[in-house]
Amino acid sequence: MQTKLLVEYLKNYRGRPLKLMEVCGTHTAALYRSGLRNLLPAGIKLLSGPGCPVCVTPTAYIDKLVALSLQPGTCVLSFGDMLAVPGSKASLLSARAQGGHCDFFYQPEDVLARAAREPETTFVLAAVGFETTAPVWAALAATVLAQGLTNIKFLTALKTMPQVLDELCRTADIDGFLCPGHVAVITGSESFRPLAERYHKPMVVAGFTPELLAAALCRLVRAASQNEAGLWNEYSTFVKPEGNAKAQALLRQVFAPGPASWRGLMVLPASGLYLQGPYAKLDAGSHGLDADQIPAGCSCGAVLTGQLTSRECPLFGTACTPSHPVGACMVSSEGSCRIVYEEQG
Amino acid sequence: MQMQIEMKHGAGGAATEALINSIFAQYFQNETLSRMEDGAVLPELTGSPVLTTDSFVVTPLFFPGGDIGRLSVCGTVNDLACMGARPLYLTAGFILEEGLELATLERVVQSLAATAQEAGVQIVAGDTKVVERRHAEVGTVTKENLGTGSTNLPSPGLFINTTGLGVRPAACRIGASQIKPGDRILVSGTLGDHHGCILATRLGLQTSLKSDCAPLNKLVAALLAAGIKIHTLRDMTRGGLATVANEVAAASGCKIIIEEDKVPVRAGVTSLCGLLGLEPYTMGNEGKLLIAVPADQAEAALHIIQAQPYGREAALVGTAHSGSGVFLQTALGGLRNLPPLRGEGLPRIC
Repeated sequence: MQTKLLVEYLKNYRGRPLKLMEVCGTHTAALYRSGLRNLLPAGIKLLSGPGCPVCVTPTAYIDKLVALSLQPGTCVLSFGDMLAVPGSKASLLSARAQGGHCDFFYQPEDVLARAAREPETTFVLAAVGFETTAPVWAALAATVLAQGLTNIKFLTALKTMPQVLDELCRTADIDGFLCPGHVAVITGSESFRPLAERYHKPMVVAGFTPELLAAALCRLVRAASQNEAGLWNEYSTFVKPEGNAKAQALLRQVFAPGPASWRGLMVLPASGLYLQGPYAKLDAGSHGLDADQIPAGCSCGAVLTGQLTSRECPLFGTACTPSHPVGACMVSSEGSCRIVYEEQG
Repeated sequence: MQMQIEMKHGAGGAATEALINSIFAQYFQNETLSRMEDGAVLPELTGSPVLTTDSFVVTPLFFPGGDIGRLSVCGTVNDLACMGARPLYLTAGFILEEGLELATLERVVQSLAATAQEAGVQIVAGDTKVVERRHAEVGTVTKENLGTGSTNLPSPGLFINTTGLGVRPAACRIGASQIKPGDRILVSGTLGDHHGCILATRLGLQTSLKSDCAPLNKLVAALLAAGIKIHTLRDMTRGGLATVANEVAAASGCKIIIEEDKVPVRAGVTSLCGLLGLEPYTMGNEGKLLIAVPADQAEAALHIIQAQPYGREAALVGTAHSGSGVFLQTALGGLRNLPPLRGEGLPRIC
């Protein structure tokens, strides 16, 4: 019942036009699945941010994975979405067709059994993700080091949210943010407060069910329409103000921050996580993969920063489709362009 | 007696005969087959013959709620039933890898025979071939030996092809292109059970999920016997409801709107979907039909299906309109596109 009222509030919003951004790819997908997006009036524009790890991966990283997959005795393992992302010349899938070795997993820790079974193969894990997934990679790296396994390596493209959000607050004309709920589980809701205060923006930590999304969006619309800045936690069942201290400690133990390249954006200082200290020897060459050879016309960067909607990209739906993706945003099931394409056909 | 399949079992000689006598003949007993001829001579048929074939490569061979034997009957019987045909005869071709345990083969054959009996069809011809062993872990799939990816699935060691023959009245017009605007769309039960069960088994997850693998010819026969004018019938196998609905909407030149809160999905499937970022609409089923009927017969059809053992959780889930595409009316009241499954989905699901 309460959700119905919230949806009615959103549907009938006639206040000042708002440009809001959901940063997290899982939010983009959940907003689509719930049908909430299509209920919003013209005055509420929802933009999808750089919160899908596949979408923000530069071509240099894909190229490195492709090269590794073609090396004898090496097998690249990645999340399924990553396989189809085009690099500057090839994707992992097309490399596989040329004899490259790659496969996908649901759980990164599956590699432990596989590496024990195939000791002559070096497995390179495509370790992508944000603060949410990074602890999983950290725990796996710790296990690999503790067990002295020599045939598991990591090619990391791990990124952190505060720096890119800071960049968006500074440069993009956005009235408020739905903050990523899963990231906040690890970092804590308070991690977003400094940005909300520095840039005077409303920020709402949101969950993923239709009900939680409706509640968070209402909170955000109300605050933004009244020019009210601040931080609200609408996912408090799982998100604590201080976050998950154990996971944070593990991240600090295994990784050190460093510059990272975001597809279509730029290299943002201290926005990446890299294996450090004793863990650094598990790294398969993750530093300096900054080059981002965006194909002509591809507007992933402008889409990810809210400057263009997916539809405004000249390649959308013509040269770039889920069957023939040009940019990474058309590949992942959490990619903004893929979702818009599927949502509206 | 040898406990494992060897190359000689497929050579056509004495070992093949011994295998046939010890396993196949024991479970597939009928007059046509016991003549041991090169082909089955069948009685004359009344009505239009309907012929279909399907191959089964599922991994693992045994899963909660079924196995490759049961699946190989249900898949083919359901294809015939979806054409409005009464399934009568099946052929069964087995491709075995050397090293397969005979006990495994026997379990599969036994299950295949029992399912054929349940569906009321006769196995009237068969074939057995043996191929070289290709993988170390033939016949067993465990969490340890499986990365769940598409390229490293160990071979199950056993593949089956079944071909089915049925008859339908010459006047029957059931087909993918027959949906009319105004038709109601039913599903015969919960979505995603088979897909969820196979996925959970491969991932080594403890769940209560069971495959829905079942022969649905009697359910369809009950509808036809009651005079329900079925326009379209489809089994929602690979690609699930979303894919099948898109196929029939395109073939019929109409638009289908599915209501999210009417679609039956088990809690276990919903949880698994949440965990893995899947949707029940594109998950495969092995015992669920999409049925389009005229609106004035929809309630009657629903009651008939719900009275059938494999249709208790059937539901009216949508309506056909003029236009094109398939849409989901969400529980919040939004309308969104419901595209077919793209890409690979889950390999080796059936």
